Amino acid sequence: MSAGAAASRPSDRQRAVRDRTRRGLARRKVVNGIMLGVLGLCVVLVTLPLVLILAHLLRTGAGALDVAFFTRMPAPVGERGGGMANAIVGTLILVGVAAAVGVPVGVGAGVYVAERRGSWLATTVRFLSDVLNGLPSIVMGIFAWQFLVRPVGHFSALSGGVALGAMMIPMVTRTTEEMVRTVPVSLREAALALGYPRWRTALVVVLRTASAGIVTGALVALARVAGETAPLLFTAFGNQFWSTNVTQPIAALPLQIFTYAISPYDDWHRLAWAGALVLIAIILVLSLIARAATRNRFDASAGA
Amino acid sequence: MPVPVLEFGSGVAARTGEARALTPPSVRPRLAVESLDAWFSAAQALRDVSLTVPDGTVTAIIGPSGCGKSTMLRCLNRMHETVPGARTEGHVLLDGRDLYARGVDPISVRQHIGMVFQRPTPFPTMSIRGNVAAGLRVRRPRPSRSECDAIVEQALRRAGLWDEVRNRLGASATALSGGQQQRLCIARALATRPEILLLDEPTASLDPVSTQAVEELVRDLRGDVTILIVTHNMQQAARVSDRTAFFLAGEMVELAPTERLFTSPSDPRTEAYITGRFG
Repeated sequence: MSAGAAASRPSDRQRAVRDRTRRGLARRKVVNGIMLGVLGLCVVLVTLPLVLILAHLLRTGAGALDVAFFTRMPAPVGERGGGMANAIVGTLILVGVAAAVGVPVGVGAGVYVAERRGSWLATTVRFLSDVLNGLPSIVMGIFAWQFLVRPVGHFSALSGGVALGAMMIPMVTRTTEEMVRTVPVSLREAALALGYPRWRTALVVVLRTASAGIVTGALVALARVAGETAPLLFTAFGNQFWSTNVTQPIAALPLQIFTYAISPYDDWHRLAWAGALVLIAIILVLSLIARAATRNRFDASAGA
Repeated sequence: MPVPVLEFGSGVAARTGEARALTPPSVRPRLAVESLDAWFSAAQALRDVSLTVPDGTVTAIIGPSGCGKSTMLRCLNRMHETVPGARTEGHVLLDGRDLYARGVDPISVRQHIGMVFQRPTPFPTMSIRGNVAAGLRVRRPRPSRSECDAIVEQALRRAGLWDEVRNRLGASATALSGGQQQRLCIARALATRPEILLLDEPTASLDPVSTQAVEELVRDLRGDVTILIVTHNMQQAARVSDRTAFFLAGEMVELAPTERLFTSPSDPRTEAYITGRFG
């Protein structure tokens, strides 16, 4: 068949192909619509719980939230008012200890794993940190109790902070490793070619280039452990009194919320809700700082 | 390693104009490579390479991709061995001292031999000033702040970048254009007053205007600094170099004054390459 005839009068075969194409297009449009709907539903399902939790917390907790909540100590049963000043400070101290333990060890291990990629030790460390990441937090608490509480003979803020810090280590290790790996080999070589020793290359060039991402990872890890309750149950233990001594039991927001929530008093229930709201606010602020740090990183690398 | 002999502004030969271009300013061998072999794991990248580089000259290294040009360059400042599995055998003599002798610290070798890579590699976390001064920070004795500033200005002037960045030395180096970034990297290499400057396809990722700027820079530095430049561009080799080495499959086929290599090569393989029959 010549090309001219085909153009003027389509054959049966060509008509069939055309119809099939049209039907295929219609079908694809329908599938596209369905899939878009399914994905939209997923988005709603992801955001809905957070929105509901925040709304509920605001409704039930905001009422009990006043200046006294941040400045006063817990009131005895039956007495109205009171606050969670000791638990807020306690959580900040615990998180500080956790950061002091988790960030240096995690960053160090992450840099090692990234720089010694392929060596058996690096592979082992990476695998173990993945296992550690999946370790239930209550198990971490038992270990901290076994090694830091039992030998000393009493609960302490230090043991709680170390338990939280140990939970941060695998998270920080993995983010550090990933961030260090994004630093191009060419930058490393440029530093080496200038006569930088290997450790200085890792520290001054690689770590500094990856620092924004590492800070983000550390903050996200901090935000995650700040709300942990299980590892604190038999380490920090909780404290109804004002204490900033790291060798003594210390109050923490998650523990205080737990204590208040299972109590039979309405007043304490309200305080528990308020405590949950403050805890979420702290985590939200940490996440926002992490986001800001990430944005700076993209600014710095723009135009590179 | 001794203190660098060459200082800025105290060039071996004063500039005497374009006529000088075809005669090497000195015949004293600055760098001598003696039967050098290099491997990446089991694959041999260089086979028995021997060559000498006279002081203050520009030597171009040409050849098809994968012929060992870059490896050759990276053996000269002991960067080759930073690749896992890579190793070398043979000798590289700088002023008669073997860089591969037992007890020679590769870090101090790299402090005396500057290198510029194919793609600009400014440190993104450092300012323009910080980038140029980066190599000085690992030097002993460490120069003072004012010495540092003077060296930075001098290096940027030599790299032809001073007028473009003098008002924003504290700005991020990544804000510069690609050509400026590459000249910044050259300034960074020059700031440590290297005895030898290795350029690994320095214009491969640059536009023609920036390429011209870098080529002019190489011509300016000639006489003061001994330069080896790897290039894929034979015209570039002809424009900037005194001598040209042709590499093929890990071997150095021919090393001759640039004009002679391009007009009457002695090896048929060189002739085949420069006339475009392969590569």
